[in-house]
Amino acid sequence: MVFAHGYGCDQNMWRFVAPRFADRYRVVLFDHIGAGNSDLDAYDIARYGSLSGYADDVVELCEALELSDVVFVGHSVSATIGILAAERAPQLFSSLILVGPSPRYIDDGGYVGGFSREDIEELLASVDSNYLGWSSAIAPVIMGQPDQPELAKELEESFCRTDPDIARRFARVTFLSDNRADLPRVKTRSLVLQCTDDVIAPVAVGEYVRDHMPNATMTLLDATGHCPHLSAPEETVDAIERFLQSAAAPA
Amino acid sequence: MTTGDGDLVDGFIEALLDDDAETLYERAPCGYLSTTPDGSIIKVNGTFLSLTGYAREDLLGRKRFVDLLTAGGRIYHETHYAPMLRMQGVAREIAFELVTDNGDRLPVLVNAVLERDSSDNPVVIRTAVFDASQRRRYEQELLHEKLRAEDSEARATALARTLQQTLIPPLVPDVPGLEIGAEYRPAGDGSEVGGDFYDIFQAGDDDWVIVIGDVCGKGAEAAVVTALARYTLRAAAVQNPSPARALRLLNDALRRADVDRFCTAAVLRLRRVNAHWQVSSCAAGHPLPLLVSDGQVTEVGHSGSLVGVMDEVELEETTLSLDAGDALVVYTDGVTEARAPDDAFYGDGRLRDTLAVARGTAADIAEALRADVLAFQHDVARDDIAIVVARVPNAV
Repeated sequence: MVFAHGYGCDQNMWRFVAPRFADRYRVVLFDHIGAGNSDLDAYDIARYGSLSGYADDVVELCEALELSDVVFVGHSVSATIGILAAERAPQLFSSLILVGPSPRYIDDGGYVGGFSREDIEELLASVDSNYLGWSSAIAPVIMGQPDQPELAKELEESFCRTDPDIARRFARVTFLSDNRADLPRVKTRSLVLQCTDDVIAPVAVGEYVRDHMPNATMTLLDATGHCPHLSAPEETVDAIERFLQSAAAPA
Repeated sequence: MTTGDGDLVDGFIEALLDDDAETLYERAPCGYLSTTPDGSIIKVNGTFLSLTGYAREDLLGRKRFVDLLTAGGRIYHETHYAPMLRMQGVAREIAFELVTDNGDRLPVLVNAVLERDSSDNPVVIRTAVFDASQRRRYEQELLHEKLRAEDSEARATALARTLQQTLIPPLVPDVPGLEIGAEYRPAGDGSEVGGDFYDIFQAGDDDWVIVIGDVCGKGAEAAVVTALARYTLRAAAVQNPSPARALRLLNDALRRADVDRFCTAAVLRLRRVNAHWQVSSCAAGHPLPLLVSDGQVTEVGHSGSLVGVMDEVELEETTLSLDAGDALVVYTDGVTEARAPDDAFYGDGRLRDTLAVARGTAADIAEALRADVLAFQHDVARDDIAIVVARVPNAV
């Protein structure tokens, strides 16, 4: 069972959910490049200039760990990354759990993604303004010059830390991408986990994903917001359990 | 202190002590919000209302904190801020823009804590909101200046590269009856304009000139002198058969120009006479040309003064004859002064040893020397390296 965190966070966000599966599954947690404890030197502007570079990482990770029958749990942009990975290497995956997926964030004709291009530019600006203080104070620690141990400790204990420059590029790649055309190509058994009131991925978008993937069902959670695995871990675990059990049961 | 003043102070203290908790909350010098863990606003103070223009009833039970943000801020809130707050219990100095009642945007800084009950369930989020309009404007100016500085640095680097390309002859000309090989490698990562230059050009029928030089320093001013030196020598050498005369003209030009730079240079004039080449050579403060003949390496001529320092220069010309298989090598001090990581110099000895055993065409010799000098420095060139080799082909 591979858990992939979404934009803006790191693998810590699975802390209430992933351990619940550890008795039956080999649980794999990882940080996308630029987040958490990832190796920033491995960042390559061209490779990570589109989501397919991130999907390649997932495929390579599964292959390197010699995983098979993978249950891939992806939040937000990582739901899309999982869809791309399953499109590339369908033999690796037994099912996809898509938490708050959105194949396209920007409205397009009749399609309602929930955001305009200007909104996304505004997001990039807010990423910038929040990293203004970071880049000078925390960057030296990241670069391995811990002459201020208290800063290093703070960093150690902080969650969702992200390299500012990579965060900016990842935001662009995430929120400007359009992966609607990939949905029909992925035949892997999939579950859309949709929150009731999600400003990032509205219910209509979850339904769109369900309707355009050949083998997908959707569970509408009572949870609100974009991170049910944090705000409603019980409900999230139950929904995943039910889906996995229904797969195990004879048809 | 008079009695009256004492009364006044007592009055202030009394007024402060009378400040009940409600007043402290309502009129605190920052906005306060209390929300449920999913963000629904359940309590708000007067300062927040006056900052944003909302009426209390607009907010309580009707809005979530995220609803008051701009669209971009909402994404940031949902993807980073809310998860971080949930896991960490606190968030500090987060920049948002609030959309006020009349649609304006108010830049704020936000601190928040998530309170949990005794069984660790989240109960309430308390948020303090500070007006950050001035600070945000200043930050944006800084950001703008930072981007501008990065942009102009990128341009300067690109300009330096372009300039460098124009100062190095792109291709070695095809000289009938003579092989020419040339190598150039700027110091470091190549982003700075180096001071080394060379030039190979025709002065007449079977009459060629090779120039090599090294301007002290680096950067834009050195580049100006490099360009001046190169074009002055080209013009002077075409009109003057004497290399020493060409170097004197360069000295005059540098003395006249308003530059505080000097340079070293060597000029070789090569004239074809039947099967061999007659060479006259002059070096001005520059490493002397090396003649490689039958595995023997010998210096050619005597070193004269630098150019660009004194009005009068002492220069001496030497002539020699190049026969089949002989090679003449000119180079800059980036070769001999190359340093290994243990600080050892490449030096004349190693240069001579390398040339003595080098085989093949002029291009092969130049390439072999460059490779050896770079390997010696573990591929990190501390100074520019320029090498030009002229060789008379073996008789057929």
